[in-house]
Amino acid sequence: MINRRTFLAGTAGLAGTAFAGPFAGGNAFAQAAAPTYKPEEGSSLRLLRWVPFVPAEEEAWLANTKKFTDATGVEVRIDKESWEDVRPKAAVAANVGSGPDMVMSWFDDPQQYPDKLVDLTDLGTSIGQANGGWYAGLEGYAKRGDQFIALPLCAIGNAVVYRDSHVKAAGFSEFPKDTAGFLELCKAMQAKGTPAGFPHGKAVGDGNNYAHWLLWSHGGQMVDESGKVVINSPETLAAVKYAMELYKTFIPGTESWQDVNNNRAFLAGQVSLIANGVSVYYAALKDPATQEMAKDMRSTNFPIGPVGKSVELAQTSTISVFKHTKYPEAAKAYLQFMYQPDNMNAWIQGASAYCCQPLKGLANNPVWTSNPIHAAYARASETLRPNGYAGPLGAASAGTMADYVLVDMFAEAVTGQSSPEDAIANAERRANRYYRV
Amino acid sequence: MSVSTASPPAGTKASFFERLSQSRNGLGLLFMLPAALFLLCFLTYPLGLGVWLGFTDTMIGRPGIFIGLENYEYLWHDRVFWMSVFNTVVYTAVASVLKFVLGLWLAIILNEHLPFKTFFRAIILLPWVVPTVLSALAFWWIYDSQFSIISFVLMKAGLISAPINFLGDPTNARLSVIAANVWRGIPFVAISLLAGLQTIPASLHEAAALDGATSWQRFRSITLPLLTPIIAVVMTFSVLFTFTDFQLIYVLTKGGPVNATHLMATLSFQRGIPGGALGEGAAIAVAMVPFLLAAILFSFFGLQRRRWQQGGSD
Repeated sequence: MINRRTFLAGTAGLAGTAFAGPFAGGNAFAQAAAPTYKPEEGSSLRLLRWVPFVPAEEEAWLANTKKFTDATGVEVRIDKESWEDVRPKAAVAANVGSGPDMVMSWFDDPQQYPDKLVDLTDLGTSIGQANGGWYAGLEGYAKRGDQFIALPLCAIGNAVVYRDSHVKAAGFSEFPKDTAGFLELCKAMQAKGTPAGFPHGKAVGDGNNYAHWLLWSHGGQMVDESGKVVINSPETLAAVKYAMELYKTFIPGTESWQDVNNNRAFLAGQVSLIANGVSVYYAALKDPATQEMAKDMRSTNFPIGPVGKSVELAQTSTISVFKHTKYPEAAKAYLQFMYQPDNMNAWIQGASAYCCQPLKGLANNPVWTSNPIHAAYARASETLRPNGYAGPLGAASAGTMADYVLVDMFAEAVTGQSSPEDAIANAERRANRYYRV
Repeated sequence: MSVSTASPPAGTKASFFERLSQSRNGLGLLFMLPAALFLLCFLTYPLGLGVWLGFTDTMIGRPGIFIGLENYEYLWHDRVFWMSVFNTVVYTAVASVLKFVLGLWLAIILNEHLPFKTFFRAIILLPWVVPTVLSALAFWWIYDSQFSIISFVLMKAGLISAPINFLGDPTNARLSVIAANVWRGIPFVAISLLAGLQTIPASLHEAAALDGATSWQRFRSITLPLLTPIIAVVMTFSVLFTFTDFQLIYVLTKGGPVNATHLMATLSFQRGIPGGALGEGAAIAVAMVPFLLAAILFSFFGLQRRRWQQGGSD
């Protein structure tokens, strides 16, 4: 029974009765009794989250939060920060031991300060068991050894978005599946005056997604399993040379592109092929001037390179609870509530395919089949490869990405500032610094 | 003649506060204490902490250990760091000279008897008043590789066939960020120098004019020497602001393309905060100190030479 103080959030009984809805199937995976958390007397929480990209996603999150507050009396204040500012803010909060109680952060942020985070192993294990398990890639970001230092929240897929009519006009009735065909397509599109564009500037999200796909699709990797830097390899050289060829087909100026530039150029009709989250589609749909363009938009996954399988980075987010919180039980109860299948499904649906579910049991969310353009984003959690593959996640992998080591390597080579070999050697040197050779 | 001295009654001793109130040194110390405490807490401590961090391998969320000069050794061989040093020096030197020349020019014009003088003096401050981030965002659009208004106008006029790659080409990017900085910094220099110009007595110019001095001679021998103390102060501040610039670069390029516009301040932030390497970030910040000290020393010992100010030649 729920009252304002004793809140048995997340139990099968609760999910099946009080909040049961169209997604109650998630409980079919329930195997063990979920832990119960009793919010501390007088508790209130502060969550630091990234500024939402899709308004309905925030509405769904807030609606779930309100339900939690109504059920428990625990007020949850949600602070929003521009998504690039979440990392420094969270890092400072972790360091000084003050600030928000919970943070919705990016990539391997929790791995940078695992000692400052509340152990969520019981919660993570029970939620995973009840919902068909976590996707491995996302789970890796949230775990340190066997311990959950965060809960995986979502993967934000980065798919190739293109104008169907322009691809067809370039002579391609189907979108190429491999990197060789993709290069030919980009050449043909450039010749037709409807070029592609991928960021080679300091674009935290899109730039890293593109650079990692270039590297991984050709079999290169930053480090091996032991964390030894192995970027200087023939595979990386092949990736850099491929990037140089691809770059020649781009609209000029992509060296300066930050995250928003590709959306802007696409929506203005300047480029016809980019890689982005689904938000660009909804931006087109919302504006009467670009609604016709939205009808012509399609999405697909990045082509497969010599490595023979789909390998993408995908932006990932996790939620952690800081040890400095005065109300760890309330925080756990809140998370348990937000991860109940109905609540999580409502949130995923609100995000309109922008956020891909962290739990396998939620994969049949109707959002993925509600619009064909969503399909390419449905696999993000399943196929993502973690940052700093194949090495351990932590300060080194996070620092290497934050210092744009890979993005700069490709940018140096494609702009002709360095030879491919020199660009790779420089990336190796910089990565070695983070991996402390 | 009799001398009488007031002495405290035998057996009573002046209280501590009484003695303090009579002591010049004691009072001096007392009055300086708040300022000293403020400086200690908010200047000396952070600066000292920054210097110390530069000698450690502190990461965000993990206390570091003393590693001596290792951060500096790494930076010594780091071409991104050296590029940021080069960029910072070029950015500061070019922007400061341009701000000085254009600012002085503007100040001299504003010092003349113009119609709507007050209005112009007020409006000239606008770039300085607008928050840097907002003006940087405006420049971001002005320099956009696809939607630049400059490119648009030039293309409409038939002068160019494709948009100018303002922020994508290293040279263009450097010039673009310098131009934005100059636009923003001119008002400070101009208004400060204008204040200096108004302190120069008109009689000196009149006397020189009667003696047949040309405009240039009056500027060279009267205006410039008398303005030099103000120039020294204004340019010291201007150089310091420019050298430590962050917002403009961070909004416009984040240091790109390929680090061509990374300044020491932006690189320090990138590595220290998002990158988590607080020690290395601090080392980059500390590496700025010698340059800043040199700029200050140049200003005080170079520009403030008395004899030169008085028309001598050293």
